[in-house]
Amino acid sequence: MIPAAFEYTRARSLADALKAAGTRGTKVIAGGQSLVPLLRFRLAQPSVVVDIGHLPQLQGIKRAKQGTVIGAATTYRDLLDSKLLHNTHPIIAETTAGIGDRQVRNRGTIGGGLAHADPASDMPAVVLALDAVLTLQSRRGKRSVPARKFFKGPFATAMKKDELLTEILLPFLPQGAGTAYESFEQAASGYALVGVAAVVAVSGGAVTHAAVGITGLADTPFFAASAAKLIGRTPNKEILRAAAAAAVEGVSANEDIHASAEYRLHLARVAVRKALTTAAGRAG
Amino acid sequence: MATLFGSGIKRREDPRLLTGRGTYTDDVKLPGMLYAAFVRSPFAHARVRSVETKRAKKVAGVVAVYTGQDTKDRVNPVPCAWNVPNCDLRTPPHPLLAYEKVRYVGDAVAMVVAESRAAARDGVDLVDVDYEPLDAVVNPEKATGKEAPQLHADVPGNVAFTWKVSGGDPAKTFAEAAVKVELRLLQPRLQPTALEPRAAVATWNDAMGQLTLWVTSQNPHIHRFLCSVMLKVPEHKIRVVAPDVGGGFGSKIPGYADEALVCFAAMDLKRPVKWTEDRSENYKVTIHGRDHVEYVELCGTKDGTITGLRTRVYAGLGAYASTAAPGIPTILHGLMYSGPYTIPNIEGTVYGVYTTTTPVDAYRGAGRPEATYLIERLVEVYARKIKMDPVVVRRKNLIPKDKFPYTVATGITYDSGDYQGALDKALGMLDYKAFRAEQAKARKQGRYLGVGVTTYCEICGLGPSQVAGAVGFGGGLYDSAVVRVYPTGVVRVYIGGKPHGQGEETTFAQIVADEFGIPIENIEIVAGDTEATPQGWGTYGSRTTAVGGPAVKLAADRVKEKAKKLAAHLLEASEADLEWKDGKFVVRGSPDQAKTFGDLALMANVAWNMPPGVEPGLEASAFYDPSNFVFPFGTHICTVEVDVETGRVKILRYIAVDDCGPQINPMLVEGQVHGGVVQGLGEALQEIAVYDEDGQLLTGTMMDYAVPRASQMPKIETASTVTPSPVNPLGVKGIGETGTIASVPTVVNAVCDALAPLGITHIDKPLTPATVWAAIQQAKGGAR
Amino acid sequence: MTQTITLNVNGQALKAQAEPRTLLVHMLRDELNLTGTQVGCDTSQCGACTVLLDGRAVKSCSVLAVQAEGHKITTIEGLARDGTLHPVQQAFWEKHGLQCGFCTPGFVMTTVELLRDNPDPTEDEIRHALEGNVCRCTGYQNIVAAVRSAASALRGSRRPGAAVSGG
Ligand SMILES: Cc1cc2nc3c(=O)[nH]c(=O)nc-3n(C[C@H](O)[C@H](O)[C@H](O)COP(=O)(O)OP(=O)(O)OC[C@H]3O[C@@H](n4cnc5c(N)ncnc54)[C@H](O)[C@@H]3O)c2cc1C
Ligand code: FES
Ligand code: FES
Repeated sequence: MIPAAFEYTRARSLADALKAAGTRGTKVIAGGQSLVPLLRFRLAQPSVVVDIGHLPQLQGIKRAKQGTVIGAATTYRDLLDSKLLHNTHPIIAETTAGIGDRQVRNRGTIGGGLAHADPASDMPAVVLALDAVLTLQSRRGKRSVPARKFFKGPFATAMKKDELLTEILLPFLPQGAGTAYESFEQAASGYALVGVAAVVAVSGGAVTHAAVGITGLADTPFFAASAAKLIGRTPNKEILRAAAAAAVEGVSANEDIHASAEYRLHLARVAVRKALTTAAGRAG
Repeated sequence: MATLFGSGIKRREDPRLLTGRGTYTDDVKLPGMLYAAFVRSPFAHARVRSVETKRAKKVAGVVAVYTGQDTKDRVNPVPCAWNVPNCDLRTPPHPLLAYEKVRYVGDAVAMVVAESRAAARDGVDLVDVDYEPLDAVVNPEKATGKEAPQLHADVPGNVAFTWKVSGGDPAKTFAEAAVKVELRLLQPRLQPTALEPRAAVATWNDAMGQLTLWVTSQNPHIHRFLCSVMLKVPEHKIRVVAPDVGGGFGSKIPGYADEALVCFAAMDLKRPVKWTEDRSENYKVTIHGRDHVEYVELCGTKDGTITGLRTRVYAGLGAYASTAAPGIPTILHGLMYSGPYTIPNIEGTVYGVYTTTTPVDAYRGAGRPEATYLIERLVEVYARKIKMDPVVVRRKNLIPKDKFPYTVATGITYDSGDYQGALDKALGMLDYKAFRAEQAKARKQGRYLGVGVTTYCEICGLGPSQVAGAVGFGGGLYDSAVVRVYPTGVVRVYIGGKPHGQGEETTFAQIVADEFGIPIENIEIVAGDTEATPQGWGTYGSRTTAVGGPAVKLAADRVKEKAKKLAAHLLEASEADLEWKDGKFVVRGSPDQAKTFGDLALMANVAWNMPPGVEPGLEASAFYDPSNFVFPFGTHICTVEVDVETGRVKILRYIAVDDCGPQINPMLVEGQVHGGVVQGLGEALQEIAVYDEDGQLLTGTMMDYAVPRASQMPKIETASTVTPSPVNPLGVKGIGETGTIASVPTVVNAVCDALAPLGITHIDKPLTPATVWAAIQQAKGGAR
Repeated sequence: MTQTITLNVNGQALKAQAEPRTLLVHMLRDELNLTGTQVGCDTSQCGACTVLLDGRAVKSCSVLAVQAEGHKITTIEGLARDGTLHPVQQAFWEKHGLQCGFCTPGFVMTTVELLRDNPDPTEDEIRHALEGNVCRCTGYQNIVAAVRSAASALRGSRRPGAAVSGG
């Protein structure tokens, strides 16, 4: 499999990259773990490919006032190796360890994955549950979009054609919150049949914060708003089971050769219950 | 010198492979080489109205574009080479490039040849084909129906053949039987996925009229013959080289249009041409395996004696009959319906059926896994019905050790066996009783544990050539070796087989080192080049050790006989007074009077002093044709836990006890078992090729076809028993396929055992979590 | 429209020509004649093409050759030193961790990186770390054994993986 011909340049600066992003027929490449396979199948045929993978402005994990900020071109590998993230958002490593494989994680970037918005990718569930804020930048300027308004459909996001995703802000977790990621993998690709990220904070035996992000189940990863109804309640078995059922209620589930819609919904309920249970167990 | 036979020495092929210095076909690079790429049908069934190549020919770097019209009169179709008799077999031609109709997604309609891989690929995009789509049919049973589209004009009902086997009096037995069980079994298609995709490099010497083809082949001599037929080039003008081959599993046995077309282009353009398959191309055009829909029945007494077995099998062949395809669900399947048991009454009907899908041919086990699966599933269901332990039922029906050679109802004769011995060993490794107790306890806690047992035997070491002829196989099934001794005492052995991972560069050298008492470093095994090696029939059907091994041994014996004559002459002793001791011929009683193998190698090659009437040189060849097949056997046991909430199957233990006779290199035997078992676990748990109703392959890449990965597979506990085969002088049997043959029913039996409390008797493989969960829901009456 | 790419392969600084669309694996194989790195799929699933890029295991079928500009690549051909196998290669040999050998370079390269990060991995960790590599022949058991054995050899020799790998 050989891509159609294109030109390649390396962006020398963020400004360079933004200029390129606005040009017709141009595609940016970060880790290339999604783009190169698409190029190989000629499912993408850009005339120019601009490399942003190495730009220092897009790299790194740092502590900011509101939370931890991750540069869009930070590799999964760097997420796994980050002490800071282990402390502030352990769910990132927990999830990342199951994304692709070692080699993919060495090159794939968090921003590339989110921008690509594969409905079966893992990280969307996490940024949804964490209420992350994504910085989108173009030559016209910068804007912040909550993750919960970012995913618009399969491989579709709120990004304008000329925008790049530059940063992901993960707000600090609420006091005493526990997190967990539960997924069931498709045996061939390793992508999620269903993946669920949960954040649960508990105080005095009652839930004070609950958030659930779900990927793989529907054609768009989504935030299960109903989880908020857990607030004020005791996170026992029955309640979490009911919350899990509520989280996927009315969802029109994907169906393919790997899983029926019915089975996906069932797995989603199981995954939500398990993620909530684990997160609640880690809370406090 | 310690003998090497039986010793687990490190492989001699490894250093080159470990350092990246092996030569696989795509590694071959020739000056001026062009690259080919194929335009393939996106439709499963369509009429080809026109193929327009103008735009493609204008692409920079494109040298030529060929269509079916261009080639049809200059080449012959891909031949089918296993013409099974007495079954009204119809094998319509498979043109190298389609010109009237395409019959599966991937059927080639044009070939682009260019200066680079990239340009060839660019050209493919610009060949405009006008198709008139026709209806597709992908299920072999449905394809025989009245409404099904017809693939080939002269094959009514798409039935390629109707093959029958019978022995005893099955009709009467079934009519009178106390207990009957029946199942409808699906044995889905599998995509072999040798890790190296197929590839071919051809070069044509115009002055000499000679063609050289490097190709990913398990059997270069067969490819030479098939290319000769397709290209109309005499066989002696074709050299086929199979260099290092990255796995085959049957998929590199058949002749394909692709390599012939690469040769055609090289001949036409007078430049070398290379083609290498992409994985997604491989999944569409390289053969698939299995694809059976089976209706099977077993009958017996209430106390566990099996009296009869009956089958009706729809075996999907895909769009055309691939090289060995007709023989797989018949000779290699139906004749094995007795398994390791004494089943006196057997009847089977196998329909070979064309469907608008990728051709199906031999895939690891080839016919025997399908047979073993149906027998072992039936035995399990039968045992459950009569409320007996399935192990007890098996034991009761196994062919007793003292009954070999044993002729089963289908008419073939098993060579040797101690089936009970293997069963006992495997049960001991598990502690079957303890597991049953644990299972009972777990059930009380709402956990679903299961144990599956398979006692199997299989037919391999293919096989006597006379039988090959009688069953319509278009070739012989002997194998061959030339042992050539050089003046300095080093040895080359040229073999007719073509190992591609099995390790015969090592094991055959072990045989020869023992024979000659020389260091293994002084021996080289040469395989894969038809220019150097004697006519042989390739590596498949677990035959290379069992048929090629004896050939090596025989040729070495002949060399040694001659060396002995020479030694006697040189030592002025009679041959009867010589003994072979520590790598020397020694005159009995005078240890100083001796000639080493090295001495004799030199003296034979310089021929200064040969015995009267003896020719110079030290070399011999042997063609070994076995008197029968060989029948390895064993018992596999697996324990599982099923998570009924998600349908996930966890393998707790996997035990494999196999008997392939004496083991030349136990380390390699174990490796074959590991690999075979995991391939079977893939089949049992996660692998399946899926077509939609329109004949589109939905598992067309590794993103959707679930080849097992390290993290998905358990550890395998192996052991063996040793029952020599009387068939060949080494006593050896094949071990390449037993793992795949035995493991599939073992796992399915275990899962069905685990779910027995829910009333589940059978679930069709692969037992993915989704499938198991759905079965559980159904058993619970659809409640959820 | 080929570009000149300057990079370091197996310790050697060199220049190569490639079109921007050329995959790193094809440049290694076709231009640099380093045919030890294999191609087993087209969806970046099989790992046969694994090489080290600045010391990290990557699938060279999902890296453009032009992206390697200015970087260090280590391929299977760069592991053995003066005819002595790298401990990982040696362990694959001793434990019969290969059959057809087509997947082997990829497994060896991934293992080299793994053992540098985790000198004493458990069986589960090994199986997880090798998720990106497919072997159709061995059933993985002897590969896992080889990795364990290599780990112990490397720990014994106290030679950090980085030093031997050249990555
Ligand atoms: C074998 C394999 C297995 C995988 N398994 C999983 C899995 O289990 N779970 C999972 O979630 N994912 C999986 N992935 C996908 C992987 O996570 C993504 O490929 C990766 O995260 C994408 O990041 P990248 O940097 O490589 O993106 P690239 O491939 O470089 O780019 C992807 C797309 O995003 C665009 N893009 C990249 N960066 C930006 C940016 N900053 N702003 C705007 N647009 C941008 C590109 O133009 C392109 O369209 C797998 C991939 C492979 C190859
Ligand atoms: S060839 Fe690169 S992962 Fe398969
Ligand atoms: S050894 Fe053949 S694929 Fe691994």
